[in-house]
Amino acid sequence: MAPQAAEKSGHHPAKTMTGAEIFVRCLIEEQVEVVFGYPGGATIGVYDALRDISNIKHVLTRHEQGATHAAEGYAKATGKTGVVLVTSGPGATNTVTGIADAFMDSIPLVVFTGQVPLRLIGNDAFQEADIVGITRAVTKHNYLVREVSELARIIKEAFYIASSGRPGPVLVDLPKDVMAQKTQFNYPREISLRTYIPVVDGHLKQIRKAAELINRARRPVLYVGGGTILSDGAPELTALARKLHCPVTTTLHGMGAFPETDPLSLGMLGMHGTWYSNVAVNYCDVLISVGARFDDRVTGNVEQFAPEAAVIHIDIDPAAISKNVRVDVPIVGDVKRVLARLIDSVEPLDTKDWLATIEQWKNEHPLRYRQGDQIRAQYVIQKLGEVSRGDAVVVTDVGQHQMWAAQFFTWVHPRSHITSGGLGTMGFSLPAAMGAAFGRKDLPVISISGDGGFQMNLQELATIAEHRLPLKIVVINNGFLGMVRQWQELFWRRRYSQVELANPDFVKLAEAFGIPAMRASRTEEVEPAIRRALEHTDGPMLIEFVVAKEDNVYPMIPAGQSVQEMLDTPEPVPGDAAPSDSESSTILLHKGRPIEQRKEVEQHVSEPHRL
Amino acid sequence: MSANPTASSRRAAPPPEARDKRHTISILVENTFGAFTRIAGLFAAKGYNIDSMSVGPTEEPSVSRMTIVTRGDDQIIEQIIKQLNKLINTIKVVDLTFDSFVERELVLAKISSTPETRPEIMQIAEIFRAKVVDISPRTLTLEATGSQQKVDAIIKMLKPFTIRELARTGRVALKREFQGEV
Repeated sequence: MAPQAAEKSGHHPAKTMTGAEIFVRCLIEEQVEVVFGYPGGATIGVYDALRDISNIKHVLTRHEQGATHAAEGYAKATGKTGVVLVTSGPGATNTVTGIADAFMDSIPLVVFTGQVPLRLIGNDAFQEADIVGITRAVTKHNYLVREVSELARIIKEAFYIASSGRPGPVLVDLPKDVMAQKTQFNYPREISLRTYIPVVDGHLKQIRKAAELINRARRPVLYVGGGTILSDGAPELTALARKLHCPVTTTLHGMGAFPETDPLSLGMLGMHGTWYSNVAVNYCDVLISVGARFDDRVTGNVEQFAPEAAVIHIDIDPAAISKNVRVDVPIVGDVKRVLARLIDSVEPLDTKDWLATIEQWKNEHPLRYRQGDQIRAQYVIQKLGEVSRGDAVVVTDVGQHQMWAAQFFTWVHPRSHITSGGLGTMGFSLPAAMGAAFGRKDLPVISISGDGGFQMNLQELATIAEHRLPLKIVVINNGFLGMVRQWQELFWRRRYSQVELANPDFVKLAEAFGIPAMRASRTEEVEPAIRRALEHTDGPMLIEFVVAKEDNVYPMIPAGQSVQEMLDTPEPVPGDAAPSDSESSTILLHKGRPIEQRKEVEQHVSEPHRL
Repeated sequence: MSANPTASSRRAAPPPEARDKRHTISILVENTFGAFTRIAGLFAAKGYNIDSMSVGPTEEPSVSRMTIVTRGDDQIIEQIIKQLNKLINTIKVVDLTFDSFVERELVLAKISSTPETRPEIMQIAEIFRAKVVDISPRTLTLEATGSQQKVDAIIKMLKPFTIRELARTGRVALKREFQGEV
C-alpha cells in the first residue's frame, strides 16, 4: 500500500482499497493531524494501514478513557474535531465516559471503535460489545458500518455532523471483516443530509425584537456560555458588550469569552459564581443569554432566576430553548453570526447608574480569602494567573479547585479554559491537558487537578513523558475529596463519609514516570515554584501544592436555591468598619486588573513557545 | 425595581388544565438501521410517556412513518418535538393534535364464547362493523378498526364475555387535506 503516492495521484481513476486503507485516506481528506488511540484485535488491520502514514500522528495513550479526554482537550483548545481510534469490547466501553462528557459539553469528536466481524455480532463473541446501543444516548449520532461501500460516506457524514450545528461526539463502529473488504475509494466532496440542516443565521425578525428589548434596557446583563467560544464569537461579544456598556457574566464554559481585565466583567455566575454577578442577574431588566443553556448550576431555583428580566436566548440548538427556562425572545442561530447582526441593530445604552451600583457590589463583596502560612488553593491559582499573565491554556478537573480556578485565575483568552462542566468527570484534566498540548504550541498548557481526580487517570503521565510535552501538571493536594467534604460539612452535619484520601507521594510518582517534580507546602514557596515550572519548557513538570485541608468554596448558592440563600465568603472585607484585627490585613482580594503590555496571542501558531 | 410584566415566573409550566393532554405525533423517519430504537430510546431516556407507537413503510421505501401517541403539558410536548427533530434520521415531525386528522386503530380480540353467547357477540360486532376472523367451539376472534374511542368502546362492550387475548396496533394517523374552509 502506498497511500501517500495514492494521495498525490489525485484525480486518477479510483483504485480498489481495503476498508482499513479507505479509513486512513478519509482521515487524510479530513485533514486529521492527531489520532488518540489504543490498538487491539478488532482494529489490527486498521493499525496496519495507519503505520506508514506520516501526515497523521497517532498518540498511544495508556487507557482508552485517556484517549477520549485527550481528543476533547485537543478539540476544545484548537476548535478542530478530536479523533479517537480504539478496539472493540472493553476498548469501546472505556470511551463511554469521555463520549458522554463530550456530549454534555458539545465537543466535536469522532470516535472510531473496532467491532467483531459482522457474522459474529450478537453471538457474545470475544471482545464484543454493542457499543452503538450503549452510546446511543450519549452521542449526537452513531453508525455501524455494514458494507465497505458506505464507509467513506459515513466517515464524511460523521465529521460533518460532529463539527456542525451544536457540536458533539459521533461514533463509528467498524466491524473487522468490513475493514478487510475491498472497494473503490471515492471521497464524497459534497455532503447533503435531507434530515440534518442546522440553522445558523438567526431570524431577522427575532433579532430585531431582541434589539428593541435591548434598546429599552436600563439594567442589562450579558450571560455568556460556551457556545460563544465554540462559534468563535468572542470578538463579536466583546464588541457588543462595549458598545452597550453592558456588564458580562460568564458560565464555567464561557470563561475567556470576555476579558476579565475589562471593568464590565462580572466573572462567573451560578452556584459558585461571584456574589455581584448573581445579584446583578437578580436585578437585571434584560438578560441576554449568549450560547448558554440555563443549567441548574447557573439558575438554582428557576422560579426565582432573573425574576425581573425579559430574557433573550441565543442558541444554535432549538431544543435548548425553553427547555429549562421560559424565554421572551428566542433566537436560533450561530452566536457569531447572530451577534454580528445584533450589534448593528442596537444603540449604546446609558448604564452609568447600573454600573455604579455593580461597582459598589464589587467593592462590598469581592472574592477573597484569608492568607496564612498554610497554602490556600485560591492563592496558588491567583499566582498562576498573575505569573502567566493569563497567557496559558488551563485545563481543570472537577471539584473545589475547579471552582477556585474559575474564580481566581484571570481569564482573558477564548479557548484558554478547558474543563469538564456538564458531566463533571473527575480524571478529566490530565489527559485533556495532554490533548490540548498536542494542539497548542503557542501557549503553555497547565493541568490543574485535585489529589482525588489526579489519581483517576494518572496513567497518562507515561504518555506525557514519552512525548516530552511541556505540560505544567499542578496537583492541589488537600488530602480530601474537597467538594464532597464541603457538602458534608455544610449540609450533612459534618458527618464525613469516605472523603479522606490516603495518597501516594506525588513527587516520587512523577519521578517514576521520568517527570521532574517538586512540592510546595508553605505559602512563600508558591510563587517560586510556579515561576520555575513556567520557565521549564523542555518536557513536563509536576508541582504538588499541599494546601489547607478543610477549606470551602464561597460564595455558594446551595443546590436548588436562589440568590436569596447565597452564602458569601465568611472573611470580612478589608477596609470595612469591622474590628480591625491584625489578621484582616492578610485577606487577599481578587479582581480583574488590566495587565500592561499584554502580548498578542496568535491562536494555533505551531511554533514552540518560549517564555 | 419595576418588575417586567412578562417575567412573572421563569419556569415554563403551563396551567394545570393544559397538563397531560394527549397528542398524536407523526414522524417521517429514514428507514435506516437503528432509527426506531433511537426514537424509542429518546422517549425512555427523557422519561416521556408513550401511549402507543406504530411504525410502517410509506409510499417511499427509504422512509417510514411512525405515529406516536403521547401525553404531557405544552412544554413537554414542545421538548418532545424538538428532541425528535434533533435526531439525525428524522425527516419531519408533526403534532397532528391541532390539525384535523384521520386516525385509525385496528384491534384483534379473542373472546370466550358459547353457543348461547355467540349471537350476542356477533350482534355487537355488527354494530361496530367488526369482522369475525376466527371461530372455534369456545372462542370467537373479532377484527375491528376505527378511532381510538371506537376501539375502546367495542372492547368495553366485549369485556363481559371474557376477553382471552387482545392485540391493538396503536394509532396511525394522517392529516386531512380538505379542511372545510371553502
